[in-house]
Amino acid sequence: MATASRFSLHRYANPAQFERLAGAIMPWSTGLAVLLLGSGLYFGLFDSPPDYQQGDSVRIMYVHVPAAIMSEMVYYMMAAAAAAGIIWKHALADVFVKAAAPLGAIFTLICLVAGSLWGRPTWGAYWVWDARLTSELILFFLYLGYIALVDAFDDPQRGLKFGAIWVLVGVVDLPIIKFSVYWWNSLHQTSSLFAKGGPSIATGMLIPLLLMIGGFAFFFVSVVLLRVDSELLARRIQAWRTAAGEG
Amino acid sequence: MKTALRLFRHDLGLQLRQGSDLVAPIAFFVLATIFVPLAVGPEPNLLAKLAPGIIWVTALLATLLALDRLFQRDFEDGSLDLLALSPMPLELAVLAKVTAHWATTGLPLIIVAPLLGLMMRLDAGSYAALEISLLLGTPTLSLIGAVGAAVTLGARRGGALLAILVLPLYVPVLIFATSAVGAVAEGLPARPHLLLLASMLVLGIVLAPVVAAAAIRSALE
Amino acid sequence: MSRFTGSGIACRRGHRVVFSGLDFTVETGGALVLVGPNGSGKSSLLRLMAGLLAPFAGKLAWDGLPVADDPGAHRARIAYLGHLDAIKPMLSVRESIGFWADLRDRAAWVQPAMDVLGLADLADLPARFLSAGQRRRLALARVIAMAPPLWLLDEPTVGLDTRSIAALETALAAHRRTGGIVVAATHAPILLPDAGRLDLAEFALPQSALAEAL
Repeated sequence: MATASRFSLHRYANPAQFERLAGAIMPWSTGLAVLLLGSGLYFGLFDSPPDYQQGDSVRIMYVHVPAAIMSEMVYYMMAAAAAAGIIWKHALADVFVKAAAPLGAIFTLICLVAGSLWGRPTWGAYWVWDARLTSELILFFLYLGYIALVDAFDDPQRGLKFGAIWVLVGVVDLPIIKFSVYWWNSLHQTSSLFAKGGPSIATGMLIPLLLMIGGFAFFFVSVVLLRVDSELLARRIQAWRTAAGEG
Repeated sequence: MKTALRLFRHDLGLQLRQGSDLVAPIAFFVLATIFVPLAVGPEPNLLAKLAPGIIWVTALLATLLALDRLFQRDFEDGSLDLLALSPMPLELAVLAKVTAHWATTGLPLIIVAPLLGLMMRLDAGSYAALEISLLLGTPTLSLIGAVGAAVTLGARRGGALLAILVLPLYVPVLIFATSAVGAVAEGLPARPHLLLLASMLVLGIVLAPVVAAAAIRSALE
Repeated sequence: MSRFTGSGIACRRGHRVVFSGLDFTVETGGALVLVGPNGSGKSSLLRLMAGLLAPFAGKLAWDGLPVADDPGAHRARIAYLGHLDAIKPMLSVRESIGFWADLRDRAAWVQPAMDVLGLADLADLPARFLSAGQRRRLALARVIAMAPPLWLLDEPTVGLDTRSIAALETALAAHRRTGGIVVAATHAPILLPDAGRLDLAEFALPQSALAEAL
């Protein structure tokens, strides 16, 4: 029937194109991720100078900082995709948001754990209510909230739609939350992992840091493509199952 | 505008008639606050230091408790459909409902708070700052909560989910409000903190009805 | 002479396209009865006509102008009766109808609406004491009180006894005589003489699920 085929072609054009694109990108991005992470870790852990103040424990920065950067970048990407999904109704936008969320949460968790481990030798305690770590903690709950929201609906499309709205609410609030936490921090003068502006970065430290940031970024690209791919596949299987049920 | 007022009065009347619903958040507010001296001992200096924070945290949680009353029932009995189809814009309807909800949730908290301040040995000069912070802050909590309530319509375990969603967004309000009250105790002006609270309220009044209405329309599809 | 039309309407629920390529026309004084098996989308079509649901494809038009261009005007011209009655248990019958009529400045029409459906004796009774049929009558009285041009009714006769159904028929006829339009999904076709008939089963997609994989 003409109407049916018109619908199926229109709908499949997008995911098929996507799958081809993803298939082309993934091997490169995975390779780069391995390369960058590997070299970054090597240089960071073995070949870079220890900080004159903090000694070897500063090396954890090579994990903490990229994770922190990625944890926020992912949220902003999710917000951009959510907006794209609402404004242009692009079918893959909401899938991207859902796929990226757990990764963002993991980056936030890595940042928190690394920061906590860094705090121990530096300040003698695992958690000192440092402004950055505290706002990362709240960001972690923003991610968790989104993940819980999307899964809370029997109709997956509805979950994605509400999730997209919620990410946009979160992204408006995120700067306010960060500002308020830094405000709170300055009022109560808790200790900070970073001195004003951060530990002085020698060039020997900068290169491994950049390598790690790149590695994290490509890791994200690979995994999110993988997740979007499997989500699309799951949907197709679901659609075939439903059609088979209807005969 | 007229219609919004009618909706406000209607919702208010409905909530007042269902009197038992109103008691729970206030009771929680008082009980939870009383728990603190029971838990940490009644030493006046300690309580005075904790007072602004504790009162605000329990007020915040009490507001959260009352949020499911906002849209859930109307969603379940079909009133939200009719509201979306009424002549007034849905955004205005949301604002009217949130205002009525605040009148039966936030306003009682504001009235009861000085009593709790007394019990928590709140610093004498801080009462005004506490009341103003509650006056500016509780509507913001209601507005943010309204967006959360709208986005969880039809969700499983909506109540617990609402808490997870909304509490991170409450952090700035909590921080600015408690820092305002704390500032007075240290002899510093509360004004900058209260201005921040006020600007959050303005932002909330402008944005929350729009987002909540969008979520409600999605939920009604 | 007003005309309510739909062209090429398709409706999507979740991953399924429930129906597509649907056309209809109904004019002043006219009526349209929606029939079809459960799940064919009768309720969805009514919600779509009301504007609660956006069509997946196609357009609705009033007097040739797309409804989507002026949703506010469309809301002003319809009354929707869904499965749910939107009745608050603690309000009286009069208050339940009155609030919604009042929003449209039609408070004066509450009493006549109650009279038509035999609710006058129950006017001050809190709604929680009403039977299912009485609640349905209340919801219908609300529609009659608001009395906009287009009535969208989803199973209006559920729970009604023969006398109430007759009263409803009279009200529907009166509405159509004064230029109103009625679209109803109902299993009681005797309700609307000379009504057009729209069978949603004709517009279902055979491979509807496959067609919507995203």
